[in-house]
Amino acid sequence: MSAPSDRSLARRLALAVPTLWMAALFLTPFALVAKVSLSTPALSQPPYAPVFALAEGAAAALDKFGELGVAAYRALLDDDLYLASYLGSLRLAAIATALTLLVAYPLALAIARAPRRRRAGLLMLAIAPFWTSFLIRVYAWIMLIKDEGLINHALMASGLVAEPLRIFATDAAVVIGVVYSYLPFMVMPLYAALEGQDAALREAAADLGAPPLRVFWRVTAPLSLPGVLAGSLLVFIPAVGEFVIPDLLGGSDTLMIGRTLWAEFFSNRDWPAAAAVAIVMLAMLAPMLVLYERLQMREAGR
Amino acid sequence: MRAGATFDRLALAAGFAFLYGPILLVVLYSFNESRLVTVWAGFSTRWYGELWRNAQLMEAARVSLVAALASATLATALGTLAALALTRPGGAVRGLLAAMIYAPLVLPEVILGLAFLLLFVALGIERGLLTIILAHATFTMCFVTVIVKTRLARLDRSLEEAAIDLGATPGRALLKVTLPLAAPAIMAGFLLAFTLSLDDFVIASFASGPGATTLPMRIYSQVRLGVTPEVNAISTLLLAAVGLALLAAAALGAGLGAPARNEGRG
Repeated sequence: MSAPSDRSLARRLALAVPTLWMAALFLTPFALVAKVSLSTPALSQPPYAPVFALAEGAAAALDKFGELGVAAYRALLDDDLYLASYLGSLRLAAIATALTLLVAYPLALAIARAPRRRRAGLLMLAIAPFWTSFLIRVYAWIMLIKDEGLINHALMASGLVAEPLRIFATDAAVVIGVVYSYLPFMVMPLYAALEGQDAALREAAADLGAPPLRVFWRVTAPLSLPGVLAGSLLVFIPAVGEFVIPDLLGGSDTLMIGRTLWAEFFSNRDWPAAAAVAIVMLAMLAPMLVLYERLQMREAGR
Repeated sequence: MRAGATFDRLALAAGFAFLYGPILLVVLYSFNESRLVTVWAGFSTRWYGELWRNAQLMEAARVSLVAALASATLATALGTLAALALTRPGGAVRGLLAAMIYAPLVLPEVILGLAFLLLFVALGIERGLLTIILAHATFTMCFVTVIVKTRLARLDRSLEEAAIDLGATPGRALLKVTLPLAAPAIMAGFLLAFTLSLDDFVIASFASGPGATTLPMRIYSQVRLGVTPEVNAISTLLLAAVGLALLAAAALGAGLGAPARNEGRG
C-alpha cells in the first residue's frame, strides 16, 4: 500500500479479478467435494442425496448436520481395494520419481555445462515435449512395448529373444510411462539449480586437489539439492493421482488411486465414494503440496 | 575435463534420443501403408485421407479448437492480471492468490476434474462446451501466470517508474510500458494455454457432457481399442500444430522455460 501505483484502480482490479475467479472456480469446488463425500449415494441425477442446500436456510442446514454420513469413508477402510490402490500409487510414483531423477540429472548437468550460447536452445529442446500431447506420448509407448510392438518385433527379428518380452500391461510399463512423460518437469528445476552454481566453488575444490568425481559429490550435488527436491515434488505429486498412464499402459491388476477414483465415478457412479477417495488423496498429498508451495513462494520472493 | 566433455555429449545424445525417439516413430508410422504397426509396407498418406472422412473425429476437432481458443483467451487475460498482481510483494489476498495459482500446476488431474464437475452440477450449469471452457481457463491460467510473472520479475521496474515521474498515470504506465514489454511472455502464455487445453483429456472428461466430445476424448477411446494408423496420423497433425506454435513462441523470444517453476533470478 506504500507505492502510489498500488492504489490505482488497475492494480486493484488486477488483484481482485483473478482472485475472485480462482476462489469461485477452484476453491469452492473443493468444499463441494468435501460435502459430497459426506453424503450418501442415490439413484438419482445427480447421483447423491444432497446434504444441505443453501436455499433451505441455516436452520435446515444445521438440522442436516446431524445426518452427515461418514459411510463413504468407512467403506474406504473396509474394502482392501482402496488401501491397495493408495499404497500402489505411492509405490509406483516413488519408484518412477527416483528413476526420473536418475535419467534427468545427467541431461540437466550436460545442459548446464554446455557453452552459454547453446544452453537456452538445449533447455528448450528438453522442455518442448511438455508442450506436445501427453496422450500421444503415452500412445507412443504402447506402440513400442506391446507384445507385437516395435521393440519386441526388433528383438525377435534379431533372434535375441524367442518369446516377446512382457512389458505392456505391467507395473513396469506404468513406471516407464511416468518417467517419460514427466521428464521435462524434473529437468527444469535441476537445470536451474545446476546452472546457478558459482563455478569458482568447483574450481576451488579442484585447486585444493579434489578429483572431478569428488568435486561432483561434495560440491555440485549438494548444491543442487533444492532442484532435486523441487523436481521430485513436481513429478511425485501428479504421478500419485495419475489416471491415463496406468489405464493405458498398466495391467488390469495395476492398482492406482486415480484409476480407482475414475472407476467409482464413471463406472460405479458412486459420487460420494469418488469424492471421499479424492479427499483422502488430497490429505495424503497435503504435506508435499505445502512444501512445494513454500518452495514456489520463496523462489517468487527473491 | 576431457572425460567430462565426453560424458556430457553422451548424456545429451541419450537424453534427447529417449525424449524424441518415440514421438518420431509415431510420425514415421503415420505414413505406413500397412494397417499393422510393426510391418513397414511403403510410404502412404492414406490414413490422413481416412481422417478427413471421419466425421466424428472432425466434429471433435472442431469442439477442441473452439474450447482451446476461448479458454486460452480467458486464461491469458486472467493470468496476466494475476501475474501483475503477484509481482507486488506482501498482502494476505496476494498470498491467497499465489497459493491458489500454484496448486493446480501439480494437483492430480482427477481431483481437479472431479472438483470442477461437482461445481457445475451444484450450480446447475448443463455440462458441455461452456463448462469445458470454464474448467480449462481455470487450470491453464495458472501456467500463464507463472510464465508472465517470470518475465515481469526480470523487467526493469525503473522504466515504469520513469513513465510515472514523467507524468503518466499508473494505469497509463502499465498499458504503455509494462504490458508491451511483457507481450512476448503473454503470447507464449496464450500458446501454452492453447496447447494444454487442446491436449487435455482427464479434466475435459469430467467437465463435459454428452453434448460435447473433445479430440483427446475421441483419441482416447480409439487408443483403448489398440494401435491404429489413424491415431498415428491425427497425432502427427497435432504434433505439427504444436511444433509450429513452439517455433512461433521461440521467434517471439519468449521464455518458454519453467512453465511450472519460476526460474527467474532477477
